[in-house]
Amino acid sequence: MNILEIKDLHVSVGGEQILKGLNLSVEQGSVHAIMGPNGSGKSTLANVLAGKPGYVIDRGEIHFDGDLLNDVDPEVRARAGLFLAFQYPVEIPGVSNMEFLKAAVDSLAAARGGEQTTAVEFVKSVRKIATALDLNPEFLKRGVNEGFSGGERKRNEILQLLLLNPRLAVLDETDSGLDIDAMQTVADGINRFRDAHNCVLLITHYQRLLNHVVPDVVHVLSDGVIVKSGEKDLAVTLEERGYAWLTD
Amino acid sequence: MPVEDLVPSEYSAGFVTDIESETLPPGLDESVVRFISGKKQEPQWLTDWRLQAYAAWRAMTPPTWAHVHFKPIDFESISYYSAPKNFEDGPTSLDEVDPELLRTYEKLGIPLHEQETLAGVVRQTPNVAVDVVFDSVSITTTFKEKLAEAGVIFCPISEAVQEHPELVQKYLGTVVPQRDNFYAALNSAVFSDGSFVYIPPGVRCPMELSTYFRINAQNTGQFERTLIIADAGSYVSYLEGCTAPMRDENQLHAAVVELVALEDAQIKYSTVQNWYPGDKDGKGGIYNFVTKRGACRGARSKISWTQVETGSAITWKYPSVILRGDDSVGEFYSVALTNNYQQADTGTKMIHLGKNTKSTIISKGISAGKSQNSYRGLVRISPTADGARNYTQCDSLLIGGNSGAHTFPYIENKNLNAIIEHEATTSKVSDEQLFLCQQRGIDAEKAVSMIVNGFCKDVFRELPMEFAVEAGKLLEVSLEGAIG
Ligand SMILES: Nc1ncnc2c1ncn2[C@@H]1O[C@H](COP(=O)(O)OP(=O)(O)O)[C@@H](O)[C@H]1O
Ligand SMILES: [Mg+2]
Repeated sequence: MNILEIKDLHVSVGGEQILKGLNLSVEQGSVHAIMGPNGSGKSTLANVLAGKPGYVIDRGEIHFDGDLLNDVDPEVRARAGLFLAFQYPVEIPGVSNMEFLKAAVDSLAAARGGEQTTAVEFVKSVRKIATALDLNPEFLKRGVNEGFSGGERKRNEILQLLLLNPRLAVLDETDSGLDIDAMQTVADGINRFRDAHNCVLLITHYQRLLNHVVPDVVHVLSDGVIVKSGEKDLAVTLEERGYAWLTD
Repeated sequence: MPVEDLVPSEYSAGFVTDIESETLPPGLDESVVRFISGKKQEPQWLTDWRLQAYAAWRAMTPPTWAHVHFKPIDFESISYYSAPKNFEDGPTSLDEVDPELLRTYEKLGIPLHEQETLAGVVRQTPNVAVDVVFDSVSITTTFKEKLAEAGVIFCPISEAVQEHPELVQKYLGTVVPQRDNFYAALNSAVFSDGSFVYIPPGVRCPMELSTYFRINAQNTGQFERTLIIADAGSYVSYLEGCTAPMRDENQLHAAVVELVALEDAQIKYSTVQNWYPGDKDGKGGIYNFVTKRGACRGARSKISWTQVETGSAITWKYPSVILRGDDSVGEFYSVALTNNYQQADTGTKMIHLGKNTKSTIISKGISAGKSQNSYRGLVRISPTADGARNYTQCDSLLIGGNSGAHTFPYIENKNLNAIIEHEATTSKVSDEQLFLCQQRGIDAEKAVSMIVNGFCKDVFRELPMEFAVEAGKLLEVSLEGAIG
């Protein structure tokens, strides 16, 4: 069964067409890597999936769990189980990570008709995940991403992934700017998330993450369309030969 | 959706109470002043004092330096006295209060039935003694007996004039002189009612004192006057709240609040100001032109102003502290939220006269819609104030792209030993921040409210507990509404 189904997607931003007829199917239990040169439209794809304002769908359809997503509000997509790990997570000064994460967990629980976790339970589960990701649990008291290093922000995204446990995780260059150890930690987090019921869209610039998180399919995005799809060794070829040979 | 759509305010206190009032025809002259004074059977000295203020006011012109814009007020079109009819002779107990009025206060969530608490029934706001001022008169003061046991005087100022004239005469107008400014002079001439508090030496007031102001009648101004005296070594925490019905006309509220703290005394004065702000297009709303000032007269005394300002079409207000006593402390914590076409010009003055005097100013301005929000603060250190210190932090938060935030800090330092620190920031609730919240399942309204509440944390911390909750809710209400 496909969790995500994208058909002939055309998207423009600021009046400029960025995605130009993209097709993609991601089935339950799978990891798809999206690679491609800078400016090819990877973040645009991630943002339009999450419903970011300003990303206009000119043509085509996005289906999530069988439902048409095109005009759905971002928070509704999130509650349906769509998660985006941001390439550049922003700060929200004054709102503590604790308060932010609890609000997120509560709103998802409410949408699923489930019970709200108690504060104690909640703190327990967050601390456990934080420790596994080498994040000092003290970070909970600080503002959302406030004063975080680039690496801490990325690990905080993975923490949220594990805490919110979505159906589809779109990870936008979560590996960039990380040293080897931090990348291993992030990769472990993603592998921990992965199971037979969810799926991952792994946007990356480098092949090295794919050594740790082995994808089922690798796609190459160039100038707003997928120009090639293959198995995981496609990533190795790309590392060796670059992207130019695909677009000539 | 763009951020600016998230901040329409729905005014929930905007209903009109249908009760018979005795209202003076519009206009102001000496006879009106005499009428008000006569109505309250005031002693001659007070009538004279009012007339003197009236004469001074006649010769003054409204201030124009504030960063606010409005059509000149026609002071002849305002009625200077309005009172619910049944109170002609003054209610002696709640049973005599117009039931319609009691319902008004129930709607506002203000407890007037003290007997319930005394009987041990749990209520939302325990241990708060309330004085309620409805239009021009004080309706009721709860918990009077319990306070009297502690020697605390808490009553309408009109009553204090009768019962404690020596205290009123000694302190009235000594912190805010009649001629201080145009609106203070007007208030001195026509003030109708307000609260009076006296805490005897060494007494810690056993409960929060609270006054609730409500403007109901049409075309009336509200000119209440509050006087609080904390005698040596005493402590009091005082809360003030205000609401008004929705009306298309602007209504004037020109209050004066005077605080006096003697040696080692502490006064904590908190305000949640939620006067009707006008509608989305800027029609109607209260002009809140208020003079609030405290005098730290004794050594080691302390006065703390905390305000949460969300209402009024225009706010013009600078709760200040004169730090005369050595080692005295002045504090100002402020949240001012403006939305739609609201304008706020608010801040404080810290006047350091005594040695080692300290002041702290924390101001948080939030501007949304097409509103204008200004902080205006003066820190003056006189040559006598050796070792004086001031810390000022002034933060502005913009929501949407059509509002304005301004800061006008004035520093006059005449003492080389003083330490003055000033920090200021301006930030914006960005679309990126909202999107991050939404992507995690948090809807945009809740996100804005979380961000704004986080921004105000340092000020909310200073509010008494019951009020902090109310203030948080109030911001949420001002921020929620027509989404999507
Ligand atoms: N807000 C915007 N307005 C106009 N063009 C944009 C905007 N955001 C991105 N673009 C353009 O869209 C293209 C794709 O960007 P992006 O999706 O971020 O690429 P990638 O993530 O693959 O590096 C780039 O050419 C970029 O300049
Ligand atoms: Mg990108």
